[in-house]
Amino acid sequence: MEAEDDAAGTVIEEDEIYANGRDDGESQRHRPIISGEQLDIEAYAALYTGRTKIARLLFIADKCPVPSMEPEALRMAYDEIKKGENTQLFREVVAKINGQLGPNYGPDNAWADAVDRRAELRKEKLENELNAYRTNLIKESIRMGYNDFGDFYYAHGQLGEAFKNYVRTRDYCTTSKHIIHMCLNAILVSIEMGQFTHVTSYVSKAEQSQDALDPVTIAKLRCAAGLAHLEGKKYKLAARKFLEVGPELGNNYTEVIAPQDVATYGSLCALASFDRAELKSKVIDNANFRNFLELVPEIRELINDFHTSHYASCLEYLGNLKANLLLDIHLHDHVETLYEQIRSKALIQYTLPFVSVDLHMMANAFNTSVTGLEKELETLITNDQIQARIDSHNKILYARHADQRNGTFQRVLQTGSEFDREVRAMLLRANLIKHDYNLKAVRKH
Amino acid sequence: MNSVESLVAQIQGLSGNIGELTQLRNYLKQSDDLLRTESTRLAPLLTELDPSIHSLGYLYILEACTSTPISKDQSNELVLSVARFINVCSTEQIRLAPDRFVSICRRLKEQVMLLEDPVRGVAPLLTAIRKLQLSTEQLTTLHPDFLLLCLLSKCYKPGLSVLEDDVFEVEQPRDLFLYCYYGGMICIGQKQFRKALELLHNVVTAPMPIISAIAVEAYKKYILVSLIHLGQFATSFPKYTSSAAQRNLKNFSPPYLELVNSYSTGRVSELENCVLANRDKFESDKNLGLVKQVVSSMYKRNIQRLTQTYLTLSLQDIANTVQLNSPKEAEMHVLQMIQEGDIYATINQKDGMVRFLEDPEQYKTCEMIEHLDFSIQRIMMLSKKLTNMNEIMSCDSSYLGKVGRERQRFDFDDFDTVPSKFNI
Repeated sequence: MEAEDDAAGTVIEEDEIYANGRDDGESQRHRPIISGEQLDIEAYAALYTGRTKIARLLFIADKCPVPSMEPEALRMAYDEIKKGENTQLFREVVAKINGQLGPNYGPDNAWADAVDRRAELRKEKLENELNAYRTNLIKESIRMGYNDFGDFYYAHGQLGEAFKNYVRTRDYCTTSKHIIHMCLNAILVSIEMGQFTHVTSYVSKAEQSQDALDPVTIAKLRCAAGLAHLEGKKYKLAARKFLEVGPELGNNYTEVIAPQDVATYGSLCALASFDRAELKSKVIDNANFRNFLELVPEIRELINDFHTSHYASCLEYLGNLKANLLLDIHLHDHVETLYEQIRSKALIQYTLPFVSVDLHMMANAFNTSVTGLEKELETLITNDQIQARIDSHNKILYARHADQRNGTFQRVLQTGSEFDREVRAMLLRANLIKHDYNLKAVRKH
Repeated sequence: MNSVESLVAQIQGLSGNIGELTQLRNYLKQSDDLLRTESTRLAPLLTELDPSIHSLGYLYILEACTSTPISKDQSNELVLSVARFINVCSTEQIRLAPDRFVSICRRLKEQVMLLEDPVRGVAPLLTAIRKLQLSTEQLTTLHPDFLLLCLLSKCYKPGLSVLEDDVFEVEQPRDLFLYCYYGGMICIGQKQFRKALELLHNVVTAPMPIISAIAVEAYKKYILVSLIHLGQFATSFPKYTSSAAQRNLKNFSPPYLELVNSYSTGRVSELENCVLANRDKFESDKNLGLVKQVVSSMYKRNIQRLTQTYLTLSLQDIANTVQLNSPKEAEMHVLQMIQEGDIYATINQKDGMVRFLEDPEQYKTCEMIEHLDFSIQRIMMLSKKLTNMNEIMSCDSSYLGKVGRERQRFDFDDFDTVPSKFNI
């Protein structure tokens, strides 16, 4: 009887599975053409300004799997550095280039020396100014002095010193605007240094002075907080922060993050950590965030695919994006974990509505083999993420409904016997202690 | 000679009621020296006494007789006479001189061990324990000796009957340690791992000022039994464990902790490598048999895990996942586990499939209700005991004295600081 029921169940569900999981022709058609094509470094670099541009280029040069990309990235980094004053970084890049890029990209000692000399002079000047301010005890001027010092060190790549000087301005802040200015500077430097605990604390400090916050600053702070959570592997919190970033951000924070990144980071974190309802309400129906998503159509598509259960297409998008995401300075460490979580989320979501699932269908929907799928499901079941059991003979996954009554009985009996055991052990220990105490008392008398 | 005879007369005269017996005990205590010096000539006197009526006197004389070194032939006789006495002696009378009674029982134990016939001591000692203890909750000093004899003679059943009692009252911590340690080994022998774990846990976590060899050996076995029974071992101690144990136990058992680590990987091959590497140490600790059980428990554990995830699985797949050599071997393991009630499954030999079933227990039978009721009663009993103990504790004079003293000291300090300031 039971077997018949099961058989009937699978027949009925077959159509649904089909509709639920497989790519149908339609989704194939409206999919924009993307592939695992190489990252366009030039376009990518154009999104950023300042130090992060250089840092990102160097990161790409370090990590890129394609040899042709490395010199390209290094060349652009070289050009970018020459616009600034960071001679130390300049020398490092020159050492990396190692003459591969021709005479135009050699160690331009004259330039470097000139910059160093100028820096020396400027530093002296700043010191004198600051000393003068300090003797006069004019708060505002001292703040400016420290701030200039911070800017100076930042431009020359001495991040630790820059951070110190920016933080020193704190004692001389008189308005909340100043405090926010200080916080933003500190955040910027901490992100560069990878000190994300500082980022979190300065974000919360800045958020305390509500009155002076304009929308752009709020957006910046959200981004910084999101990055800090991402770095701390708190993907859900990171997703929330990125999703809250207002459209005012625009291109105002390119020294840290591009709006495209907000879309990517936010979406991936959301996919990995949100449930279906939250995904719908906070990502897909989020008018603010849609503006960001429009910038990265692949991500928008894959989120929609995930939500409409076109997992194969969604996973394909993810697969295509992977190579480029691995080259992202903030995301690269988390790509694997996020991908894993997204995949298990998809598997869980797929199985959720069914009493039984044909593994062949499911394997098709996920573009994988039945044995591979079985292994994945096995780990998910073992970790208690899917309540189901696999019929490996007929390749069917059956949902398992825990019997509440039996479970309760079982737990009660178990708790009872644990209590029994623990109380007995405790009484025994108490008796031993009592004995010990008595012994001591006897000895004393 | 004269005095010895008068002694016998006294015994015969004063074995009636409890008042007389106390008097007799005092008298016997005074004539202790006499008994010691005359010990060789006392044996014939025993025939004049009836051990069931004159138990107290008989006990003193027997104890004096047996305290001298004897030859092997005599020891046989001694065992017989002591065993006979234990069987027939009167419970009330021997409780008047428990130390003498314990001493002859010890003597019996030594002799049967000398004779390499430990089984002869099991029954007498069990009777002795029952006669000596005031309630089943009391742990006597004879418990460890009895369990040791059970272990040596492989008579686990009588040992278990004693272990079933809940023990709360302990006089000597050493008795408890040995009782739990030997008891644990007996339970291991009977494959009652839950009970064994509990007993060994008591040793490991017992309050102790310094670490003992018993605790170290118990800890080693505790690790192994925990792996066999629970499939895991938490290397951190519960917070009530004594600091001596927390600090030192791990240093004495590195190979065992290594075993725990390799067990947690879930791979049989890794576990086997670890066993092979530390084989000598396990063997010298006489734990190799247990270690082998640990290895086979891993197969079990892995098969059990499969039942969580699969409804049907071929024997070949089982063999592959749990690293067994052949489907045949997998079948044997599954079969054995079904028999032992570890899993619920059916094997279809035609196509080599195993079908895992749910636990058929529905918690509806009379037996189950009875079992539940029994558990509830037990827990109520324990709670009552706990409250009782708490009450006794809060009335205990030494406890109150300690608490009071601490309070006082605080007050004293408070007062002290004020005048010292003014002194300057």
